[in-house]
Amino acid sequence: MTSLLNILRLGIKEFRSLYRDRAMLILIVWAFSFGIYTAASGIPEALHHAPLAIVDEDQSPLSERLRHAFQPPYFLPPAEISSQQIDAAMDSGRYTFALDIPPDFQRDVLAGRRPALQLNVDATQIGQAFTGAGYIQTIVASEVAEFAQRYRGAAPTPVGLVMRMEFNPNLTQAWFTSVMQLIDYITMVSIILTGAALIREREHGTIEHLLVMPLRAFEIMLAKVWSMALVVLVATGFAVYVVVRSWLAVPVIGSIPLFLLGTALHLFATTSMGIYLGTVARSMPQLGLLSILILLPLQLLSGGATPRESMPELVQTLMLAAPTTHFVSFAQGILYRGAGLAIVWPHFLAIAVIGGLFFTAALLRFRSAITRMA
Amino acid sequence: MAGGAGSEGAAVTAERSWAARLHDVGLRYGKTTALDGITLDIPATGIVGLIGPDGVGKSSLLALVAGARVVQQGQVIVLGGDISDPAHRTAVCPRIAYMPQGLGKNLYPTLSVFENLDFFARLFGQGKAERHRRIAALLASTGLTAFAERPAGKLSGGMKQKLGLCCALIHDPDLLILDEPTTGVDPLARNQFWSLIADLRARRPGMSVLVATAYMEEAERFDHLLMMDAGKVLASGTPSSIRQKTQCKTLEAAFVALLPPSRRRGHQPLQITPRPCPNGEPVIAIEARELTCRFGAFTAVDSASFRIEQGEIFGFLGSNGCGKSTTMKMLTGLLPATSGQAWLFGKAVDPNDLNIRRRVGYMSQGFSLYSELTVRQNLVLHAQLFHVPRGEIPARVADAAQRFGLDEELDTLPDRLPLGIRQRLSLAVALIHKPEVLILDEPTSGVDPIARDAFWQHLLDLSRNDGVTIFISTHFMNEAQRCDRISFMHAGKVLVSGAPTQLTLERGLDTLEQTFVEYLEEAAGAAAVVPPVAEPAPLEVPANAPARQQRFSARRLYSYARRETMEIRRDPIRLTLAALGTVLLMFIMGYGISLDVEDLSFAALDRDQTTTSQAYLRSFAGSRYFIEQAPLRDYADLQARLQSGAIALALEIPPNFGRDLKRGAQPTVAAWVDGAMPMRAGTIEGYVNGIHASYLAELTHNSGGLAGVEVRYRYNPDVQSLQAMVPAIIPLLLMMIPAMLTALGVVREKEMGSIINLYVTPVTRLEFLLGKQLPYVAMGMLNFLLMCALAVWVFGVPMKGSLLVLSLGALVYIGTSTGLGLWLSTFMTSQIAAVFGTAIGTLLPAIQFSGLINPVSSLEGFGAWVGKVYPTAQFLTISRGVFSKALDLPALAPYLLQLLITVPVLIGLSVVCLRKQER
Repeated sequence: MTSLLNILRLGIKEFRSLYRDRAMLILIVWAFSFGIYTAASGIPEALHHAPLAIVDEDQSPLSERLRHAFQPPYFLPPAEISSQQIDAAMDSGRYTFALDIPPDFQRDVLAGRRPALQLNVDATQIGQAFTGAGYIQTIVASEVAEFAQRYRGAAPTPVGLVMRMEFNPNLTQAWFTSVMQLIDYITMVSIILTGAALIREREHGTIEHLLVMPLRAFEIMLAKVWSMALVVLVATGFAVYVVVRSWLAVPVIGSIPLFLLGTALHLFATTSMGIYLGTVARSMPQLGLLSILILLPLQLLSGGATPRESMPELVQTLMLAAPTTHFVSFAQGILYRGAGLAIVWPHFLAIAVIGGLFFTAALLRFRSAITRMA
Repeated sequence: MAGGAGSEGAAVTAERSWAARLHDVGLRYGKTTALDGITLDIPATGIVGLIGPDGVGKSSLLALVAGARVVQQGQVIVLGGDISDPAHRTAVCPRIAYMPQGLGKNLYPTLSVFENLDFFARLFGQGKAERHRRIAALLASTGLTAFAERPAGKLSGGMKQKLGLCCALIHDPDLLILDEPTTGVDPLARNQFWSLIADLRARRPGMSVLVATAYMEEAERFDHLLMMDAGKVLASGTPSSIRQKTQCKTLEAAFVALLPPSRRRGHQPLQITPRPCPNGEPVIAIEARELTCRFGAFTAVDSASFRIEQGEIFGFLGSNGCGKSTTMKMLTGLLPATSGQAWLFGKAVDPNDLNIRRRVGYMSQGFSLYSELTVRQNLVLHAQLFHVPRGEIPARVADAAQRFGLDEELDTLPDRLPLGIRQRLSLAVALIHKPEVLILDEPTSGVDPIARDAFWQHLLDLSRNDGVTIFISTHFMNEAQRCDRISFMHAGKVLVSGAPTQLTLERGLDTLEQTFVEYLEEAAGAAAVVPPVAEPAPLEVPANAPARQQRFSARRLYSYARRETMEIRRDPIRLTLAALGTVLLMFIMGYGISLDVEDLSFAALDRDQTTTSQAYLRSFAGSRYFIEQAPLRDYADLQARLQSGAIALALEIPPNFGRDLKRGAQPTVAAWVDGAMPMRAGTIEGYVNGIHASYLAELTHNSGGLAGVEVRYRYNPDVQSLQAMVPAIIPLLLMMIPAMLTALGVVREKEMGSIINLYVTPVTRLEFLLGKQLPYVAMGMLNFLLMCALAVWVFGVPMKGSLLVLSLGALVYIGTSTGLGLWLSTFMTSQIAAVFGTAIGTLLPAIQFSGLINPVSSLEGFGAWVGKVYPTAQFLTISRGVFSKALDLPALAPYLLQLLITVPVLIGLSVVCLRKQER
């Protein structure tokens, strides 16, 4: 009972400290509102405004038809360049794609000689290169086929294919980015807030004061965990209900309360990580660096930036120890696919276990780490 | 010596019969009035002392005169010019030395004593020989020579004060401003200190000294005194004239008499009641046997033994750094004893025993309460944490506030309070739970005489009436005199313990101070304790005439750069993190991020179950992109497995698929793709289309349509993610790590207090910022080369272009990233906010808006705008250009140019956001 009271009161102290730090408050508010909005609205769809140049050496009705086939929003209106300009244009990075239509293209198509177009792709633009090449091939094939059909009538395809995008029919990128950005901010804020709050207490000597009071280390730690987690949880609630659902108009089909419950678990894990980092780092500059080293992999390898399937087996396995991996999984499950507790509970469990481990590790280090401080 | 000043000396003397003149000067912090229309002339060539209760505006006045704080109202003329005039301030800055209040606030804790002094000497443009001579002389006269190599952060409070003074004296000022310079300094060192000042004045007769002090015996020696109260000057004159005016024998009494009655807080001369003789066997409250504490090779406390009876007031006296604080920390369990043992209430000290902690009140030397909580909030929090019954808390807080004179400050933040009042707050906090044992580490340092007497009255009450045991360390001899017993300590050893009068009698001396000095001199050998003050080589009158003040000095810039470099070198963990972190992240991202997705899970709902349908599915299962899972049973199963994320793709083959195909009835296969992750879904869509098409091609033995598209992947023909990613990761890491390294540069100095050196030394904002930036640019370049080596030799990514061009780009780019960090640092309010702000300010724009995954040209809105101006986008083009495309300098010039423009813009913004004075 006294423990609970101590935890409660120390937690309230954390709120007061945060309240005094106006710049930090402004940053948090920004992150969970405009930060998410700009990220979601700034990131283009899978293929968006891809810069394309066309070298038309045929100048036939078919080549003209092809030139007009590439339209926004997928492509920027194609620029017409000469074949000598291809190299320079690609080098400068102005165009990701350069499509070369050879002379006598139309004639060869109609004659059934299967002429080939040449498509130059800037493979350093990995985001657009593959998807874009696929789109271009499909567009060329269908345009040529339609053109040829009008002239000589082509055979229908023997098997049809109907593709349905579940959960996000138009593959709207903003639906995805908004929530992933939110997850990044949740992790970032909670780790930095708790870690830095601990370092701050060490640098100002206040932690020493706490240690001569009738308080246990776990009370001091839990106070930081619940207070900082609550701050982030409230911000998350706001972000999901107001920014994601209303402002960005993302149709959230799952249960938001369930998502928030999972977020709370995740916050237990990340705030514990923050405290652990606070016991490892000895000064704020060290913590700053350390947090970059931790946040960057968490952000890039949890499946929120690129699909987990594309990572090497080893990375996939290692990242199972990161709470964000599970968070990203269940957030996608709950918010996009409407998954319930019955489906996501293994992730919840994993996060709780990870959080418990970090909390224990931090607890073991706590006292010795703090008295060792210069 | 005097000739050194030459003809200019005469002009200087004429210019100032006054060191400073204040006219109607007012200063407010929010609603609090610190100075209330003061008009005052401070005479030159002498020691002028400011005395007065805590928190009456002494420090504010000194800060205004030193030019550290912006003048809000009125006029402050210092050394013959208006200090509000930037030109004059720049001109006189090298002639003023200012030592701020607080234990070593303006020092750099990781730098050694010598390095701290060296840094200041360089700021004032001294050459090597001059620096070394001055430092040696100052160290010798303050007894710090033996500690020259010790980091400033590891010095005791008093030693920090001495070092702070040395730093202020490094450049022979014309006006020396000292804000409570001897607070927390031991009596021996205090004598040395004033001898040092006297010595300096003898050699520089024109120098004026302006001192605020809480020690009345010191004030007695000054030439002129100003007594302040409530932002006004109450009296002014020589010490004797002030004594005469009030008809008091001592200055301490005069001080009390001068205050308006309401401010005396019912002050009465302290009555010392003798301790009642304990009946029977005395109860031992604190006992230490052979208590020893070592830090590495250094023995802080060496076999200290003592016993303190319940209800006794036990005083600890000793030179600075002799181990008093360490002993106290061991008693509270904060520090583990290396050997020996201590008992509280007969129980061995155990850091995990909460019940013992509840019975002890501890006050540490430095202020260690929450500066972000108000005075009242601090008191209430501590009462709560000590489980004072809820109903009693308001009464206890009110009582503490009244007793320690905190009534008016209850809703103020501690940072806004002067040292003396902060000390009182710490005391009030240590007492709030009515502990049975009080361990107080120099509790009255910097507290004014009235408050000190009131405090001692309270201690005596506690001891005599409530039987509270008090273990106290002090530098005031009159306080030591009030203790029941005292111990002298030196170099970690307890020299002697006994009643103060008894100790004096045993030695046959008159005063306790003499006794103390004799014991210490004996212990250390006289020469080591009191160094010959007059002996060090006389300091030459410097040639730092005001005319030599330069607008931009490479030497000062170098001084800051050098200091920053030393701090980095002292922090091997940070260095290792920066270097190792780069390597680690490069591996993680190089191998971890890839956009070719493979091994996607799919399952089929085959309603046909013929060889034809199975052949169709085999074309999926056989591709490297898909892995087949157990077949789907029905639609519900399909939905559930998509929902749980177990499969990314579901294929449904209609009934009679084989038959319809043979008949040419155009059966249709349905594919469900998990669209939760649009990028992955888009990739799957492409794969499915491709596999479907190749199935059809096989079916019709027609290898392709009417026209083919020959795809050439340029710059990365094998389409390896690694080849594309590595040149992109380098810019990413070179943004985040250098920015994070510099982001704390300014805000950390603000939080720790050393920013004051920017305010009061001749260093300009530009020198300060560039000095901080350069070491990190160098570090960033090392990181850059390391990453290039990794890229080429470990990842096997060939660098097709010139390393020189890339290095040039990297150099300018690191200029922008460090500049960005510094700029953030200039306006952030706390280190936490700076860390977070930098994380937001680098991660998002660098990863999302700089063309790492999506080209900048396809971004929209805010993102597109960021992509155009953010430096990572430019350097990403340069890096990819050099690595993959073999582009030369002319081709990359536009990007380089934009980076080149960004650097001065960022530095300019930082200069604008940084203040050269405190507001």
